[in-house]
Amino acid sequence: MDLQRQILNLLERDAKLNASTIATMLDVDESTVTAMIKKMEDERIILGYNTIINWDKIGDETVTAMIEVKMQPEREVGFNRIAERICRFPEVKSVQLISGTYDLSVIVTGKTLKDISWFVSHKLSTLDQIQSTVTLFILKTYKQEHFMFNDNDDDKRLVVSP
Amino acid sequence: MSDMNRYLSEVVRTIPPSGIRKFFDLVSQTEGVISLGVGEPDFVTPWHIREASWYSLEKGYTMYTSNSGLMELREEVAAYEKRKVGVEYNPDGEILITVGVSEAVDIALRALIEPGDEVLIPDPSYVSYAPGARLAFGQAVPVPTYDQDEYRLRADVLESCITPKSKVLILTFPSNPTGAIMQKDDLAAIAAVVKKHDLIVISDEIYGELTYYGQHASIAALPEMRDRTILMNGFSKAYAMTGWRIGYACGHRDIIAAMTKIHQYTIMCAPIMAQKAALEALRNGEEQMRKMVENYNHRRKLLLNGFEEIGLDCFEPRGAFYCFPSIKSTPFNSEEFCERLLQEEKVAAVPGNAFGSNGEGFIRCCYAASVKDLEEAIIRMGNFLNRHR
Repeated sequence: MDLQRQILNLLERDAKLNASTIATMLDVDESTVTAMIKKMEDERIILGYNTIINWDKIGDETVTAMIEVKMQPEREVGFNRIAERICRFPEVKSVQLISGTYDLSVIVTGKTLKDISWFVSHKLSTLDQIQSTVTLFILKTYKQEHFMFNDNDDDKRLVVSP
Repeated sequence: MSDMNRYLSEVVRTIPPSGIRKFFDLVSQTEGVISLGVGEPDFVTPWHIREASWYSLEKGYTMYTSNSGLMELREEVAAYEKRKVGVEYNPDGEILITVGVSEAVDIALRALIEPGDEVLIPDPSYVSYAPGARLAFGQAVPVPTYDQDEYRLRADVLESCITPKSKVLILTFPSNPTGAIMQKDDLAAIAAVVKKHDLIVISDEIYGELTYYGQHASIAALPEMRDRTILMNGFSKAYAMTGWRIGYACGHRDIIAAMTKIHQYTIMCAPIMAQKAALEALRNGEEQMRKMVENYNHRRKLLLNGFEEIGLDCFEPRGAFYCFPSIKSTPFNSEEFCERLLQEEKVAAVPGNAFGSNGEGFIRCCYAASVKDLEEAIIRMGNFLNRHR
């Protein structure tokens, strides 16, 4: 596997790994790793570094919904123009074009159900190209980005064994 | 009837308890320890393997299998060994599914040893071989291996340990505790001695997949060595399946038949749910296994590099998931070092002498631990060394 992929594989699982640790793990110079990460950031191969948070644990009441959007594609640009427009709303977490019975899957977060329904009724559905929306509220997250939310991943091994 | 020891057999009474046990008790009593003392993967068995075992239970596979193990598993084992080390075994009569390599070693020794026969065992090595030889009424003869040889077994040293009573050589590469590997040329020199002195080889290749330098080589693949070798392997390390207790032995049909005789009277068969899991591992587990091996390799480099930074001498281990650094630059012996490191810095490692007297002056550190723990352990060990050198 090339170095770029190896670095990405490590960072995908743990964005906190520093260049020096990565360099040791992959047996290359730290400067090589630093330069390659910078290049990938510049080229927007690496878009950013997120933290996966279980907000429930600190008692934050947020509401997340997945909205299935059916829309009319436009000549020349297809779904892109409207999809990118939807992306601009700060409450929108992700936007993906999906094959099947609807077109866009939009994930939205808000403080309350009202926030989200207001967003759908006032911002999303009012766009000309949108034909219909179905709003699915997310009730509980079990796994996100490879992390289990309620998994007890304590080390179950004996502390010393032959 | 207060002292029941007088009822115990002499052989059991005279076998010392494992040196690791004492240390285990000590570590268990300490809070907040980073343990480099484990001897198993830090991965849980891949989900598809666990799931396959459940599915087999749902389907009602809860009974005995044939003594030798499920035929389909033996067929997969045969294909695996042919693919990996290039040796062919007939699933019908040349392969026995066992309860881990531990059982395979035990029954092989019992099948081969006459009272007083000598069993040559690299020193240091895994804790079970010498007691296993004693329990079979044989004599364990340690064959020293050395730091400066990167803990490879040397043909001349082996030959110097051979007597007319020598019968079995146990090969254990990649090695627990040293992480040493033996490449084809190294093995060829050993094979020459084995043939010259008409020995038989028990080759425990449980860490074979965890080879970070070239391909794992088996002595069984060398000319005229197939029938002289009992090749043993299992699923514990490569597929993170230690608790399943499943392994196998391959060899000449006369020897496998003798081992099967002991196995059928003492064990009957390996647990069917573990056999079903092993089948899934061999059929569909290669990709995930390779990922785990790559992951160990990353951490191997991390720990080795850390030792270099804090000035702890360590040869480069090219297999298993252990580093075996020398602690001779400190005023302590292995046990003192490990006890004080535990008390003062809360890092657990295993004293090298637990694996044989030639392990004295070294400690075994397992890098199947999180990157965070490894980095913290290196800092703590550095502090410890600064205070004591």
